[in-house]
Amino acid sequence: MTEARKPHRPDALTWGLLGLGLFLLPAGLYVALTAPPDVNQGFLVRIMYLHVPTAWLGYLAFFVTFLYSLLYLFRQNPKHDRVALASAEIGLVFMGLALVTGMLWARPTWGVYWTWEPRLTTTAILFAVYVGYFLLRGAIEDPELRRKAAAAVGILGFINVPISYMSVKWWRSLHQTQSIDLTTGRINMAPEMFQALMFNLLIFTLLYLAFVRFRGFLAEREAGGEEAEALGLEARKEEA
Amino acid sequence: MRRKYLLGILIILGALGYMLFGGLGRNLVYFVTPSEYFLEEARYQNRPLRLGGLVKEGTVAYDRDSLELRFVLTDGVKEVPVYHRGTPPGMFREGQGAVVEGRFQGGVFQSTNLLVKHSEAYQAPEAGWTPEEVRRLLQEAR
Repeated sequence: MTEARKPHRPDALTWGLLGLGLFLLPAGLYVALTAPPDVNQGFLVRIMYLHVPTAWLGYLAFFVTFLYSLLYLFRQNPKHDRVALASAEIGLVFMGLALVTGMLWARPTWGVYWTWEPRLTTTAILFAVYVGYFLLRGAIEDPELRRKAAAAVGILGFINVPISYMSVKWWRSLHQTQSIDLTTGRINMAPEMFQALMFNLLIFTLLYLAFVRFRGFLAEREAGGEEAEALGLEARKEEA
Repeated sequence: MRRKYLLGILIILGALGYMLFGGLGRNLVYFVTPSEYFLEEARYQNRPLRLGGLVKEGTVAYDRDSLELRFVLTDGVKEVPVYHRGTPPGMFREGQGAVVEGRFQGGVFQSTNLLVKHSEAYQAPEAGWTPEEVRRLLQEAR
């Protein structure tokens, strides 16, 4: 008889991160709504405090998927595959939010919701690649093969992240160049705006960490169910 | 392989192909500047294109009733007169970056789509903004 499994529950750190993130979220909203307006856009600039954190955390999430896909290929540990899955899922949500908030911001500033310019197109390609990641996971039934194929997409798909980030520099773009340029360290933003942005980025990072850990536990529970099903099948074979 | 997921994967691959070759292939050089246009005028003749530059100071003429907008687009070297019909974006003004889609008729660029290109710099108004200044700023932005 199989030993009774210990129930998988999120640990204290996960609950702590989630609680802290949710607790600070209204503070982040307050900071964003009291930040000064831009000389050109007026209060429209406040969309930035939602748009930029979601975009950056989408990039971060896909990077974590990339890392854990590599780890899985090297160590064959299903746990790494579950973290890669969790991070890709949350990255897809964040990148989707970034695309939507970007469209809402573009309409009053650029004049259109969408146009096929380099930054928007490369970001849409990035989004489509990770949608494909989940379709691929769903398409393959064999767990071992599924994990390997998903790891391959998680690694190769990540190439789109630096392409998307650098698209505003490499090509002639309608989208503005980076206000916080990680390649030069230059910040083209008033200090109060920068602080408000960093604070919201911190909050979204906490929420990302909480979500990915929470989703990891859920994935582990699901995997436990799958294993139990497999064990049941083997038991039936032995009986026959 | 499960069939319905396979169909989804094919759709995604189709979307990727469309975006890579349609969206990206034609738009890496998203717009040309007036100088670039005049340099290769024959190449762009009778073809739709996108022009980008700054709206020259003192050249904007907008009729709210007929929604006719005329201005000069410049890159500091060459200038192109532009005619656009329709309400311009809220941030459109003199000195602002702009991208126009359309084609030339005579010497005037007939714009069918007018986009504002703003910079990456975000600055608060000078001297500690007050609610009154903010209200005036919003009026100007409108």
